[in-house]
Amino acid sequence: MGAQRVAIVDSGANIASLRNALERIGTHGLFTLDAKIIRNASHVILPGVGAAADAMQRLNDYELADVISELTQPVLGICLGMQLLATSSEEGNVRCMNIVPAVASILSAGSGAPVPNMGWCRVSQLGVQVLFAGIPDASYFYFVHSYALPVSGFTIATADHLEPFTAVLAKDNFYAAQFHPERSAGPGARFLKNFLSITS
Amino acid sequence: MLELTERYCAAGADELVFYDITASPDNRSVDRNWISSVGALLDIPFCVAGGIRSLADAEEILNAGADKISINSPAVARPELISELAKRFGSQCVVIGIDSRKVGNDWKVFQYTGDEQRSRNSERATLEWVREVQERGGGEIVLNCMSQDGERNGYDIDQLCSVQELCTVPLVASGGAGSMRDFEQVFSATRVSAALAASVFHSQEISIPDLKQYLDAAGIEVRL
Repeated sequence: MGAQRVAIVDSGANIASLRNALERIGTHGLFTLDAKIIRNASHVILPGVGAAADAMQRLNDYELADVISELTQPVLGICLGMQLLATSSEEGNVRCMNIVPAVASILSAGSGAPVPNMGWCRVSQLGVQVLFAGIPDASYFYFVHSYALPVSGFTIATADHLEPFTAVLAKDNFYAAQFHPERSAGPGARFLKNFLSITS
Repeated sequence: MLELTERYCAAGADELVFYDITASPDNRSVDRNWISSVGALLDIPFCVAGGIRSLADAEEILNAGADKISINSPAVARPELISELAKRFGSQCVVIGIDSRKVGNDWKVFQYTGDEQRSRNSERATLEWVREVQERGGGEIVLNCMSQDGERNGYDIDQLCSVQELCTVPLVASGGAGSMRDFEQVFSATRVSAALAASVFHSQEISIPDLKQYLDAAGIEVRL
């Protein structure tokens, strides 16, 4: 994978774990807010933690929302990064990039289903997907989130929190996972590898 | 330490929590280089605790490679710290550790428990504190039941159930694990999201793969 130029959009704090996960599978990810580097990358990863409004603000401050929307190479949103690809988030009623028509809404809390949803959840794959090559169906992945996208035509894997929500989606060259592959042990590492195997 | 980290990862631990328990009583905070080395190895969630008193402390630790920070004594000393951390980094990475035991008829929160000489009753009622930390944006609570801690007589089911009733965020049981049956009991008798243990794993008295097989056989959902 030496020829790959993986750009990771520097969306704020707490990014070391993703860089470490890429290093473990032999790939160096470059953290950047530079539109040119992002456009020229072979793969772009959009991570995110914290609040949707702050993250969108940061993308807008660096004029990256349009840059990301127009990318044609494989793009992977992770956690909040997934929600930023949606139309909007109910968290602070913020407009997002509208790459995937969906609205992020808060998970409902209930008995045995606390919010935030923090922990290992089984992920059900819908059909055969490149991103899940070599990963058994219903494998556990690590989630940390309070908001989620509903299941839609773009959903390629689901997880449950009282009801099913989108765990992974795909639309054209845009992919996104609600879980943290960088903290999901073996299946997470394989998921990242599979993403990096996708070519434009 | 790095050896332990690798061992737990390979054994299928679901999360690693590093407590530098003497950091607060010694008025320092946890070693950043150590966090970087462990973070580079780990492919499971990594939570760090010990003397985190400010946004700057928290940011350094998260940037060094921790996924979550856990605060205990400094939050009791200045509860606004919880709100500040949750606003800046999001509730999902703000874990509140609570050291609690019964004093008379009430559970009370203790501070600086990493040092016997300095350990003291904060006079805060545990149940009241559990409510407050959630209102302030704490995203997870680790309840360390002190009368059980190190005793290996099982988790404090009674206290965990009382705290659980007030929790809308994940609650992690801590203190008292001595046998595989203790884990089975805490998951059957309470709705805690996870159980934490240290000494039984460090001493290798309980192996994580064996424990998970045992819990699975008992009908408790675990990641195998």
